[in-house]
Amino acid sequence: MPSLKDLRVRITSVKSTQRITSAMKMVAAAKLRRAQEQAEASRPYAERMERMLGSVAASVSDVSSAPPLLAGTGKDDVHLLVIMTTDRGLCGGFNTNIGRWARQQIRSLVSDGKQVKLLIVGRKGFGMLRSEFGSMIIDTIEDTAKPTPKFDTAAAIASRVTTMFDDGEFDVCTIVYNRFESALSQIVTPLQLIPFSQDAAGDDKKEDDAATGDGPNVAYDYEPEENAILAELLPRNLSVQVFRAMLESFASEQGARMAAMDNATRNAGDLIDQLTINYNRTRQAFITKELIEIISGAEAL
Amino acid sequence: MAETAVQFELVSPEQLLLSEDVEMVVVPGGEGDFGVLPGHSPMISTVRPGVIHVFASGSVSSRIFVAGGFAEVTGSRCTVLAEEALVVDDIDRAQVETDLQNAVEDLGGASDPTEQKAAEDRASTARAKLAAIDAPVYQ
Repeated sequence: MPSLKDLRVRITSVKSTQRITSAMKMVAAAKLRRAQEQAEASRPYAERMERMLGSVAASVSDVSSAPPLLAGTGKDDVHLLVIMTTDRGLCGGFNTNIGRWARQQIRSLVSDGKQVKLLIVGRKGFGMLRSEFGSMIIDTIEDTAKPTPKFDTAAAIASRVTTMFDDGEFDVCTIVYNRFESALSQIVTPLQLIPFSQDAAGDDKKEDDAATGDGPNVAYDYEPEENAILAELLPRNLSVQVFRAMLESFASEQGARMAAMDNATRNAGDLIDQLTINYNRTRQAFITKELIEIISGAEAL
Repeated sequence: MAETAVQFELVSPEQLLLSEDVEMVVVPGGEGDFGVLPGHSPMISTVRPGVIHVFASGSVSSRIFVAGGFAEVTGSRCTVLAEEALVVDDIDRAQVETDLQNAVEDLGGASDPTEQKAAEDRASTARAKLAAIDAPVYQ
């Protein structure tokens, strides 16, 4: 049976925790709004870029002469996974979900006899995967979203990936991030970056084509010719897709944190209620006990 | 001519900057400036750092500086994916001159090719900005 003092101390401590979680929830909510706007504002660029790249790629007749970023190396022995996680915790199942996907993916790739390399964005992902797959981790990139994701950071990551690809360090690159669905739900989304896959871009494109009325088969003139445009467009597209992943992931992080902190605040409230009831009950029992002692003491005289 | 306007869209990685119907746009393409009127044949081009002129009712309605990117033209649309975009009148001359100076200094001190290329790009962007400020306005 905890004493009155113990209960009082616990109530105060839960209360101060609740204050912190509710403040964090408020901060996350404010950040979420901005992050969501930013993520939504960046969608038109990424979509148009995909559409443009899709039509150029479709018109390249001889795939073997196309830049390797489009055509691939012709093998798929070495896979590079870029995993977008957060730098800070306390955001519910956000990192766990990504981690679970990554673990499954890595295991299935390894059991197929592929070699896997990991490029991790965010401190939490590193901590999560270090113990099991430490030898596969090439590097961890931290502080990508301080205070908000910047295009330069995305471009730096992309150029690093491109350099590695040019050096022949991997054959297939996939980025995995939490896509922002709503404040309460994030969807783990893998996207193949290299070689550029039409399917990955397909969904948005179809809708867009239907809306504008021009199909993917419009014959374009190219200035300069296809391969020269592709040589510029492909690395650019890579940065754009990385940037988009960063923005989506950042917005999702805020959403997840808001939901997690909302939950924590509510749980703390429940706990406080429970502890207060306990406290009052113990106090009454204590008073009753003292009364009984006094009365029985008086009767004995 | 069925259509009299081109739907012009200017998009930067951060946001959709401009989406409006215009009479004509002149884009600084990688291999020379090109004008886009309604019914232009479809094409995709690179864009070099320079000024996009937007025409409405016979004269230039706005001048926008872009630091390179890509343009997609179809019969009714012209989409420019810009790396950086600024309205020419908003460019701060002093700022650009300092940028240019810094870039040139960095270029002198650059050790590896990547750094050198980045500095060169910055310098050429700054030069293009200055040229954009000084350029005569089309009429």
